[in-house]
Amino acid sequence: MSIYFDHAATTPISDSALTALTNQAKKLGNASSLHSAGRSVRKDLEAAREEIAKAIDCVPSEVIFTATGTEANNLAVKGLYWKAIKEGKNLIITSTFEHHAVMDPILWLAEHEGAKIIEIDVDKSGMVDLDRLKQVVIDNKGKIAFISIMHSNNEVGTLQDIAQIVKIAGDIPVHSDCVQSFGKVELSFKELGLTAATISAHKIGGPLGVAALILKRGLDIEPILHGGGQERDIRSGTFNAPSILAFAAAATESASQFKERSVVVRKLKQSLVEVVKKNVSDAWVNGDQANSLPGIVSITFPKSDSEGLLLLLDSEGIACSTGSACSAGVQRPSHVLLAMGLSEDETTSTLRFSLSHSNTIAEIEKLGAVIASVVERSRAASGKK
Amino acid sequence: MKKLKVIAAMSGGVDSAVAAARAVDAGYEVVGVHLALSSNPQKYRSGARGCCTIEDSHDARRAADVIGIPFYIWDMAEEFHKGVVENFLSEYQSGRTPNPCLRCNEKIKFEAVLDRAKALGFDGVVTGHYAITKESPTGKTLHRAADIDKDQSYVLAVLRTDQIEGAIFPLGDTVKTDTRKEAKERGLFVANKPDSHDICFVPSGDNAGWLRERLGSETGDIVDQSGKKLGEHKGAYTYTIGQRRGLALTVPDPTGEPRYVLKIEPKSNTVVVGSHDALAVSTISATPPTWCGPIPELNKTLRGFAQVRAHGAALACDYKFDGTNLIANLDEPVFGLATGQALVIYDNDRVVGSGTICETI
Repeated sequence: MSIYFDHAATTPISDSALTALTNQAKKLGNASSLHSAGRSVRKDLEAAREEIAKAIDCVPSEVIFTATGTEANNLAVKGLYWKAIKEGKNLIITSTFEHHAVMDPILWLAEHEGAKIIEIDVDKSGMVDLDRLKQVVIDNKGKIAFISIMHSNNEVGTLQDIAQIVKIAGDIPVHSDCVQSFGKVELSFKELGLTAATISAHKIGGPLGVAALILKRGLDIEPILHGGGQERDIRSGTFNAPSILAFAAAATESASQFKERSVVVRKLKQSLVEVVKKNVSDAWVNGDQANSLPGIVSITFPKSDSEGLLLLLDSEGIACSTGSACSAGVQRPSHVLLAMGLSEDETTSTLRFSLSHSNTIAEIEKLGAVIASVVERSRAASGKK
Repeated sequence: MKKLKVIAAMSGGVDSAVAAARAVDAGYEVVGVHLALSSNPQKYRSGARGCCTIEDSHDARRAADVIGIPFYIWDMAEEFHKGVVENFLSEYQSGRTPNPCLRCNEKIKFEAVLDRAKALGFDGVVTGHYAITKESPTGKTLHRAADIDKDQSYVLAVLRTDQIEGAIFPLGDTVKTDTRKEAKERGLFVANKPDSHDICFVPSGDNAGWLRERLGSETGDIVDQSGKKLGEHKGAYTYTIGQRRGLALTVPDPTGEPRYVLKIEPKSNTVVVGSHDALAVSTISATPPTWCGPIPELNKTLRGFAQVRAHGAALACDYKFDGTNLIANLDEPVFGLATGQALVIYDNDRVVGSGTICETI
């Protein structure tokens, strides 16, 4: 039986989402069509939009469906920038450890569209330096296009104080990548006062290939896809009704259960950390665990090599993650861990375990039974001194 | 009995794919590994061929899927750069002509990879090389492949006996056309993928241009054996011994005979040219020696064959080891031999050992 500790990459589709997906897939009609078949699908779709809006506490018209979280992040970053540039604002404020889906479009804007970037450092515990952010906002009054800082980090799980960031920002638009947080912790778009937020279905038991940008009502940003203008003229493309309905089912389920689940998952994570530390005494956890998502933990096994760790754990039937890889599949030193002050050698000695409520204590014990020998062999193979 | 566990090094080509599949058939527990040899896969080479492209890692992954084995990518970029690319450049800078495929086998495939595999608990490394290993009372020995046109024992002659112990070459008894046929039968879509010929880290195969870009292109004199200037060159290390074309000499030879590069002198930045006869070499010294089997008795002259180029002829010779150098006295002279290339000695089809050519007479 294989053991899956990589739920932050993707997690199994829930029964309710799968039922919604297959039922809707059998239904005929393009939600943009004017006839009754089209109207019927549109009705289902708008009900789903309302469900998702409820789950993240926003107005339904603020939900813009996209194909992926990456697309939603690109839309937010480029759309907000192209809007701001019309007012002569070309400065983007972000953190040093954003997901590539935020970091890379920002770098692209700098390379091709004249954007300037200020990256706010994170400390060793994985928290953004808010004093520095405050100073940057004061020093650059009138020049800032937007601020984008992730709600929680996908590699180490640390949760940022987004409400405080929005307060510091004042009237500057703030986007937050909430992909890992949505459905796992309390998250209210309205209360946070965000301008834009990214959420994705497949991290919460929904299907792959559907996500959403939550974008403040009345704010029109430039699209990145041009066509039928189905979503507020901001996003074009035929509505993926089956996936959107399944997304709604997963969002509703996680909204109603995340509190109970997070208690279970956090306990499992604690056990995992204890078991690992008991067997590998010099292993350490990255980031402030008191202030983190329930299910994500990043553990460094000094002098080991995460390529070897992953291979050996995989051969024991245990799946986890090494962090980022390039398009050819070559492991790269994690920019997240580098930003938190780890050395390059330490970043490539690190694994991410991400748990869900479906994991068990028996699975963690199985990890405990093999981790010492896996780390020992990986250390022998790593050549790190 | 517990299954032996092996790493199959998969380049994304047809040979390593079939080799991995045969290792599975032979009862090994096989894990496929593609070696990423550049930290930026497009840096060394873009296009469809070579060891470093995204397409190759994809092809290797798909082959592993079809065979039904786990697959991982190992980052060997640093080891490759230090052990192969830097060595390649420094050898040229010293006026020698290196063979990077030998260095890659020596430093990467059967050192870095084999060492890592062993540390992780594997028993050996499978590759798609065309060569044969045989058990003998003194340990495994290395031999020429059955397909003499594809034989790669020359580029493997840098392996020590302990490395040969951990090496598995499932294609040694096969001719290349059969490998392709078998790949097709196994449903491996790399069956018709072209062979790689060039140096994998040199884009477009333009070796001279690649070297010029990295080592500069300081012009210097082309001289005859008496030191008389005959023309100018565009960077001494872009020439190879025995080269005839592209010399652009301004002073014609009085006899009208073509002239060849005899020597490259990096210190004075000169290229020495002369007649074809002056290229003849009868005695070759190579060092340091690597033994692929039993070490020959010191200073004892033995009969064998010398090979000085990949896919070159087997040249009948006497050879001996004098404690420092491996020395071959050829029955017939060979022409246009560069220092830096490998001298490989064979006892019939068995590889005795090798060394890097340091002196030719």
